[in-house]
Amino acid sequence: MENTDKISDGVITHHVLHKSNTRGHANHGWLESYHTFSFANYQNRERMNFGVLRVLNDDRVSQGMGFGKHPHDNMEIISIPLEGDLEHQDSMGNTTVIKEGDIQAMSAGTGIFHSEYNKNKDQLVKFLQIWIYPNEKNVTPRYDQITLDLNDRHNKLQQILSPNPEDEGVWIHQDAWFHIGKFENNFSTLYELKKPGNGIYAFVLKGDFTLGNISLNERDGLGIWDTNTIKITANSANAEILLMEVPMQL
Amino acid sequence: METINILYIGRHLEILATVVRLINANANANWNGVGVMNDEEAKEIFLRKDFSLVLLGSGIQEQSEADLCKFFINHNPNISIVQHYGGGSGLLKSEILLGLYNNKN
Repeated sequence: MENTDKISDGVITHHVLHKSNTRGHANHGWLESYHTFSFANYQNRERMNFGVLRVLNDDRVSQGMGFGKHPHDNMEIISIPLEGDLEHQDSMGNTTVIKEGDIQAMSAGTGIFHSEYNKNKDQLVKFLQIWIYPNEKNVTPRYDQITLDLNDRHNKLQQILSPNPEDEGVWIHQDAWFHIGKFENNFSTLYELKKPGNGIYAFVLKGDFTLGNISLNERDGLGIWDTNTIKITANSANAEILLMEVPMQL
Repeated sequence: METINILYIGRHLEILATVVRLINANANANWNGVGVMNDEEAKEIFLRKDFSLVLLGSGIQEQSEADLCKFFINHNPNISIVQHYGGGSGLLKSEILLGLYNNKN
């Protein structure tokens, strides 16, 4: 276990807390979705974005169902499957399946069409859909997916996304870094922001955490800014958290 | 109910068609969407119709965007000009509602 004596308790002063039960909710039968930020019929002017993070949807798609062919442009779109398999097709000719442990990134740029379906007839697919405003408009569309080593996030923060093609994880057109950690109870670590001025949005995938002086439960979200480091402590066994470091200026 | 005219400009034909279809599908809001792909057509239709909102879509280069914005504001200082991201999916309604809200306030 990491020596927490070296980690200051760092009271968080600038933050926004989104408890899980305050998120927007849509149930379309085949799709149940929780929206952290305004999306489709969920409209809340207080919840438009956190910096360049514009969409955080927590989706559950019924067996064999999915999102038919639809367009995107000028958006970095990241999908993280949490359970089940998602079948992807797009106008760039990609036909793939992403599963738990994978991460998919698309730069929509000048425009793409894609579809995402639950590949399985006997199991829900649960995944996070995350949209980030790009730092450059009208780029050439691109698609990427990788399989992550799930062991590499045990009691550590595993980088899953960055702005650099040579770095660990997928890359996008934005100065953003994503990490996932899966911690034992009482494990603590420190996250140091990569770029001055960035903020960090934490989303609890499983279990309970304390970030600085703020307690979080499953599916709570916490945005923090004006800080360089954040202390993260797990308060339950096998607690899992997604950290999204993003620029605060659009 | 007053019709709210919305002009969408984008270079990608299929996305343009999708965005206009989605705008016009919001029948309760009485939105009327018109889409064009080139700047001259956009300027010409802007002078003919009373638009409340302009959505700038994909593929518009920086200089073109600056010229269009200047033209629209010169002819209607109260116009809301909004960058549309996402190709017509989940953000469209937010962008339009926020643009119209900012227009009123």
